[in-house]
Amino acid sequence: MKNTIVTIALGGAMALMAGTASAQTLEAIQAKGYVQCGVTAGVPGFSAPDADNNWSGIEVDYCRALGAAIFDDADAVRFTPLTSTERFAALSSGEIDVLSRTTTWTMSRDTGLGINFAGTLFYDGQGFMVRKSDGIASAFDLSGAAVCIESGTTTELNAADFFSANGMDYNPIVFIDQDEVVKAYEDGRCDVYTTDSSALAAERTRLGNPDDHVILAEIISKEPLGPSVRQGDDVWLNIARWTLFAILNAEELGVTQANVDEMLGSNDPAIKRLLGVEGDFGAAMGLSKDWAYNIIKALGNYSEMYERHVGPDTAIGLARGVNALWTDGGIQYAPPIR
Amino acid sequence: MSTTNATKEISFVREEMLPEMPAPSSVVGPVAWIRSSLFSSPGNSILTIASALLLLWIMPPLYNFLIGNAVFIAEDGAACRVEGAGACWAFIWSRMDFFIYGFFPAEEQWRVNIAFALGLVLIVPLMWPELPFKVVNALAFFVGYPIIVFILLSGGMFGLTEVPTVNWGGLTVTLIIGLVGIVTSLPLGIVLALGRQSKMPVIKSVCVMFIELWRAVPLITVLFMASVMLPLFVPVGVSVDKLLRALVGVSLFSAAYMAEVVRGGLQALPRGQYEAAGALGLNYWKSMSFIILPQALKHVIPGIVNSFIALFKDTSLVSIVGIFDLLNTVQASNSDLNWASEQQAVTGYIFAAAVFWVFCFSMSRYSIYMEHRLHTGHKR
Repeated sequence: MKNTIVTIALGGAMALMAGTASAQTLEAIQAKGYVQCGVTAGVPGFSAPDADNNWSGIEVDYCRALGAAIFDDADAVRFTPLTSTERFAALSSGEIDVLSRTTTWTMSRDTGLGINFAGTLFYDGQGFMVRKSDGIASAFDLSGAAVCIESGTTTELNAADFFSANGMDYNPIVFIDQDEVVKAYEDGRCDVYTTDSSALAAERTRLGNPDDHVILAEIISKEPLGPSVRQGDDVWLNIARWTLFAILNAEELGVTQANVDEMLGSNDPAIKRLLGVEGDFGAAMGLSKDWAYNIIKALGNYSEMYERHVGPDTAIGLARGVNALWTDGGIQYAPPIR
Repeated sequence: MSTTNATKEISFVREEMLPEMPAPSSVVGPVAWIRSSLFSSPGNSILTIASALLLLWIMPPLYNFLIGNAVFIAEDGAACRVEGAGACWAFIWSRMDFFIYGFFPAEEQWRVNIAFALGLVLIVPLMWPELPFKVVNALAFFVGYPIIVFILLSGGMFGLTEVPTVNWGGLTVTLIIGLVGIVTSLPLGIVLALGRQSKMPVIKSVCVMFIELWRAVPLITVLFMASVMLPLFVPVGVSVDKLLRALVGVSLFSAAYMAEVVRGGLQALPRGQYEAAGALGLNYWKSMSFIILPQALKHVIPGIVNSFIALFKDTSLVSIVGIFDLLNTVQASNSDLNWASEQQAVTGYIFAAAVFWVFCFSMSRYSIYMEHRLHTGHKR
């Protein structure tokens, strides 16, 4: 009974806070002059300090896009590095305005934590890395393999699901720490190393001879990583969501950082609407007409952000895969701006 | 006997002293030293041989890793990825800016340098007992310096660009947290220790409660409370700086420990000292500051410095609430793929350990020096 009262009181307090915060996030941001963005303390390609001690990564670029949309200044962003345990509390307490921190969009998080996901910035999924010399071509050949896994993660559960669903045995070798997992794989204590494929790609570059290892094509779990905002402020949710859609639409329409000024003169009505030449789509969000133009001018479209931080030419070297646009065989799909 | 001898013919009497001979090699010299300190008994001989073998076994690979095969100069991680390469010092060197300043903007880093230099200028004469103007110096260091550093680093006035505390990082933040913790915990701890011995029930119980509460919770919990829970309780829009919250948490936490160390010193004093101070007609504060505390604190210098060192090392715990102290900058850089190699993380941790060692070891040497200086018959 006592617990119920506490829960109700806490829920009430949360609701009250959410209520008072309603529709005010944008005003508060405009008043303070910057967007406060929660990021990781260092996941290469997503958000990590670069050689010049600036935050860099695809998730960082998303935060900068918000700054560009609101202030026409991609540097009007401040970054708060967060650990995975404190990220949601930091968002609900108002310490940050948007959480862009390799966070998987799951039902319980979306419905139970008082947050809303704005979309999917990067479709990740769990994969397998094996030694090339073992001649394994597919994850379905892994029956009986010794698998190195980090304990207490969804990775461990996903692997168990995958092997039992396909009627294969495996021998899990579990470690507490990611570094230990990699070390064990390197020392040959197991045949397979499994974790999210973006992390697999990053860890592969660290190995003695990266070319001796291959990442198998099969992805066994869904890990859509996306930015999230506090529940209860729909204006701010719209801005967070359409910032993401704007960079996706820009790629689809072929608008890049380099040609965005030329594109202002384009005859394509979709491009005209995107860049604010025709119509005023920013007004309903409390932004200027050229909000999307400012984003693309400062940071480029989705493909440019991807290639800059996680694409094949970077140290991480991830092919677009499922993150390609729907027109190129991927699943990145943005509703139209009209 | 002597008379009979005197009459006899003496065949040889040495008139002058023999020149001093060097002591036999069985008593002095390297051989004797080895014999007496390394092989004085069969048991010691076995231990010596075992230790020598252990060193032979450990030292060459350690030397090869740290110096012999280490990569000192390189453009990127490729040089460190070769087979058999040792520590990747080039990685540390290239990220040194980040380890010292964190995200502090490059064009503003002179401000941090000035703060470091000013601190050095103030703290060296303060710790050098022979130099004069101790009171002025102490005031400048404990009152003026924190204010100047705060203005210098955060900016936003006197034409300095504002640098929010989330951009502070690296060794700068480690030193800020360590120094603030040390400087506030000692006076606070003394007050709490005196309060705990007070005869006034309210003061006494408040102090006991404070000390026992803070001592009973782990520092990690305190930091989590400060960084995660506190913002939920304060009204929306009011936000206390995250670094400040951590500073307050660390200071209060270490003050509770300090109070118990100081109380140990107070209890070690014989009752006669208190009574003598009273007999001289000194009031409470005078007897404390002239008679009791100078003796009590001297007794517990090792304990105080012990707490300081523990506090300085505990500052690395702030990395779990996302504050970029030295350890966190090292950890973040360990995932820098430009320098990706097997030894990257190990090299980073060795560097962090070395920096902490330098500071903690200096503190412990200074405390030994102070003990020698102040000892007046208590030393055993």
